[in-house]
Amino acid sequence: MLSREQIAMRVAQEFKDGDYVNLGIGIPTLAASYVPDDISVMLQSENGLLGMGRYPTESELDADMINAGKETVTAITGASIFSSAESFAMIRGGHVDFTVLGAFEVDVSGNIASWMIPGKLVKGMGGAMDLVAGAKNIIVTMTHTDKHGNPKLLSECTLPLTGVNCITRIITDLAVLSVENGAFVLQERAPGVSVEEIKEKTGGKLVVPENVPEMKF
Amino acid sequence: MAGFNKVVSSYDDAMSGLENGMTVIAGGFGLCGIPEGLIGQIKKMGTTGLTVVSNNCGVDGFGLGLLLEDKQIAKMVSSYVGENALFEKQLLDGELEVELTPQGTLAEKMRAGGAGIPAFYTATGYGTPVGEGKEVKEFNGRPYILEHAITGDFAIVKAWKADTFGNCVYRHTAQNFNPMAATAGKITVVEAEEIVEPGELNPSEIHTPGIYVNRVIKGTFEKRIERRVVSKETV
Repeated sequence: MLSREQIAMRVAQEFKDGDYVNLGIGIPTLAASYVPDDISVMLQSENGLLGMGRYPTESELDADMINAGKETVTAITGASIFSSAESFAMIRGGHVDFTVLGAFEVDVSGNIASWMIPGKLVKGMGGAMDLVAGAKNIIVTMTHTDKHGNPKLLSECTLPLTGVNCITRIITDLAVLSVENGAFVLQERAPGVSVEEIKEKTGGKLVVPENVPEMKF
Repeated sequence: MAGFNKVVSSYDDAMSGLENGMTVIAGGFGLCGIPEGLIGQIKKMGTTGLTVVSNNCGVDGFGLGLLLEDKQIAKMVSSYVGENALFEKQLLDGELEVELTPQGTLAEKMRAGGAGIPAFYTATGYGTPVGEGKEVKEFNGRPYILEHAITGDFAIVKAWKADTFGNCVYRHTAQNFNPMAATAGKITVVEAEEIVEPGELNPSEIHTPGIYVNRVIKGTFEKRIERRVVSKETV
């Protein structure tokens, strides 16, 4: 089973040199630390910053420089800053190459539920619905099961949706999967995790190719 | 006031005409780039039954959160409202209505409102609770939902620099929703860190042209930081 850091490391392997990437809060944000040295990616923060840098030092701290998680950040050399409408124009218009975000549930139709649990207070979807509707490639990172051991990869999402028919790739603590033709297709398994275990913990239809390699780090 | 000079000298003048039940569009993302003094003036005026359109609703005791203390807000149109205990309480008690709107859709609703476009189609929210009850139309085989523009009786905006004609420049990510908010108010009030003479701002670098702006006031800002995250100084 992968740690949060290992999931982030595996996510970072998906990026190509020159990609514009939007990373959600949590594990997706960690992926920024594992981008291979030989490639450059530029981070988009949906509050209006393309070219997000590291956290500021005390002397760099600036209340006017924050990321979408409302944390203080810096901008890299060559960054640009713009309005929220411009930011979502580049998201909705398909100009952002990758979006990485977490989810409560994903299903075999590529639907995602990530913002609302009925009965709990709803804080809002923020930019997640725009991001899943607009990015060219979306990677969902999540644990394969919930804390009670129930599958989060399902035939049909049970929670209110964030987007429909938009998820093509999922990286969990157990596996890398794609979503194709109404099924999850097992692409890679975490080191030491068996195909049997993944089958057992996946709720929706799972296609298992003859050869399922272990992830490489 | 004379000609294009939009500068007012008091907050009373800045928010003059705001009445109970009006819609106020506010710039800002979290606590970044919010018109602190104009929010303070609305609190002082005690105006109630307001519909406030803003990405967030401040925090307890600061920003738009101040307007919750005396129950001045009847409805919030926002994308994320999770940072506020008083907000939660008023929502659960039924004293406050919230219309959760995806962040990009919210920005575009303001932009469209200011640009004279009554509604637009977007894929965002299709097939989700946000799309329920909305018109669906297919373009090139993909379904989109119809979203309506937003305009406000007032728009309250925070600028870095404004000239006396109302031309505005924003600083860093304090820009966020402010340029769209500025276009979408029947009366747009800009609170700026600095007011300069016409000609001091480079015309090619103005974010909000003064035509959208009715009043300009010089503010002082606390600029509270919501999530202060720092990395170690490197030697």
